[in-house]
Amino acid sequence: MVYLYDGTYEGLLTAVFEIYAHKQIPEAIGEEGKITPSLFAESEKVITQTGKSERVLKKLYQILPAREVVRLYRVFLSENIEREMLIYRFIVLALGDAELALSDFRNLLTLKMKSIDKQMGREVHRMHAFVRFQRTADDIWFAAIEPDFDVMPLIGHHFKQRYADQRWVIYDAKRQYGLYYDLSRMDFISLDFSQDFSQLTSLSENVLHEEETSYQALWKDYFDSVNIKARKNLKLHIRHIPKRYWKYLFEKQGSY
Amino acid sequence: MNERLRDKLRILSDAAKYDVSCASSGSNRTNHNKGLGNATGMGICHSYTEDGRCVSLLKILLTNYCIYDCAYCVSRKSNDVKRAAFTVQEVVDLTINFYRRNYIEGLFLSSGIFKNADFTMERLVCIAKKLRTEHKYNGYIHLKAIPGASDELLYEAGLYADRLSVNLEIPSEKSLKKIAPEKNFKEVYDPMNYLKEKIQGYKEEKKQLRKAPLFSPGGQSTQLVIGASPETDRHILSLSDSLYQEQGLKRVYYSGYIPVNNDNRLPALVKPPLIRENRLYQADWLMRFYGFEAEELTDETRPNLDLQIDPKVSWALRNPGFFPVDINKDSYEMILRVPGIGVKSAQMIIQSRKHGKIREEHLRRMGIAWKRAKYFLCNIQSSFVLKDFHPQIIRQNLISVTHQINNQLSLF
Repeated sequence: MVYLYDGTYEGLLTAVFEIYAHKQIPEAIGEEGKITPSLFAESEKVITQTGKSERVLKKLYQILPAREVVRLYRVFLSENIEREMLIYRFIVLALGDAELALSDFRNLLTLKMKSIDKQMGREVHRMHAFVRFQRTADDIWFAAIEPDFDVMPLIGHHFKQRYADQRWVIYDAKRQYGLYYDLSRMDFISLDFSQDFSQLTSLSENVLHEEETSYQALWKDYFDSVNIKARKNLKLHIRHIPKRYWKYLFEKQGSY
Repeated sequence: MNERLRDKLRILSDAAKYDVSCASSGSNRTNHNKGLGNATGMGICHSYTEDGRCVSLLKILLTNYCIYDCAYCVSRKSNDVKRAAFTVQEVVDLTINFYRRNYIEGLFLSSGIFKNADFTMERLVCIAKKLRTEHKYNGYIHLKAIPGASDELLYEAGLYADRLSVNLEIPSEKSLKKIAPEKNFKEVYDPMNYLKEKIQGYKEEKKQLRKAPLFSPGGQSTQLVIGASPETDRHILSLSDSLYQEQGLKRVYYSGYIPVNNDNRLPALVKPPLIRENRLYQADWLMRFYGFEAEELTDETRPNLDLQIDPKVSWALRNPGFFPVDINKDSYEMILRVPGIGVKSAQMIIQSRKHGKIREEHLRRMGIAWKRAKYFLCNIQSSFVLKDFHPQIIRQNLISVTHQINNQLSLF
């Protein structure tokens, strides 16, 4: 049986619920429209129901530490092509023996979940580091990013705590959605740009706050003068900030 | 655009960059007042310079005017360099504006000594106080404790800073006297010991009272300049060890000496001793996270770390009696001593072996450095069998393996 769901996490958890309800072992679980079911496999369309997905979550919180339940969601956001089956198989393993599922790293599934989670952690950490806000004339602090994975739902909390007293937007130019914090709450938003937003690395000067370009210049000056030429090590430099991130880093703009 | 400010920033960040401390972690200051910033959790490196070093803090001197003439220092009095001084407000504005744009984790503020120690320290404290009280800033602040400053000022600094540091710089008093005749060890140890007492007091108080006023919650650190004077690695590591044990420091930084001045009291180095510096950091790690004692890491007869192999491999080859280690039975502490196995893999091994026997393939998949570890293990059904333990041969094999790694100087 191939289960088709709507691409949301709730949808996937609903699919897990249905699989257990029908006791039908899945051949594959995939997003409708994105997966091509094999010719002979039967497929079933899962209708996302929060009641069902919440029951699955509730069960998971009963058998796993909270951090591990969140890890499943992080694996979901990795966009890994096997993510649905990995999550499903991990849930099956954990329902059998949670301790085994969590701590036997000889098991490929356990190890794979850990390594995807680690990749996600690295990308979240990079976004904590590489977001660069630009202050606009109407006092919104705007940053564009293009993370390797869909980390937006994981980074908001950090920025909300840190920039509690400024209104900000962080926008994923690849996935075309972002987060907006308005001094009290955070919401997912998508912006309607007439131009192709993925090409826009910085805002045009007429929307910027009058001090913005000065601070970008000061930052670039600072970045250049703290370098120690006698210690030059470009290989290490590039390992720490891979080139694909440079386009949003003002200090590196113009260097590629 | 204020060109004068750009100039100041260039001059005073250039002068501050030889202080290598970069940590922005270890504090626990939350954004409790809906203000700006948060200094909890891990440190964040917001960028990396072309030398591969992390940029985490706005690291600047308040001024590079200085009454001292220390031979190793770029800002020494007799040096012909451009001088500048920030105003208090300029530092505050730069910090806030860089922080709001997510360029930095906070401020690292040091200074040349102008007039006297207290006068200088007072300005540093004033900046930190202004940030905390007037701007509700909760980001990271690292302040230099100026040797010779009064206890009252150091105390006030601790109330606003997340970390304080006094730099020992030269690893022995004899060399210090030679290179910086106006300085002595006592002037550095006095503030360090004072801060240690206050930091401990704060930790005690925090146990009783959750809301105890913060006092340098990220502890204190120091820096040693490597290669400007003749001390051996053995001497340096034992000094670091005592700084961790006696002064309770959070970090000791090692800064490979870079010739910035021509002075006949200093060695004429062609290139900074980067590999030696890296080996010292590795050894430091082994002391803090791997349970190694300082004196285990070098020998009386060979008092310097081996530049060709890392200090863990070097220790292993000097102690063949300790090996082989049985991954499936031996203790965590023993597993941690195997070259190629780090803290995380050692923990994975301990957890996994409860469920069954660990074999070579499992270790490889867990991400241990098999090429190094294989010489030191037994009882894992490995395809690799070591007949005799010949340190010299293993050393040669490992040098060819690690050659590329050394060139990259990883660690941070």
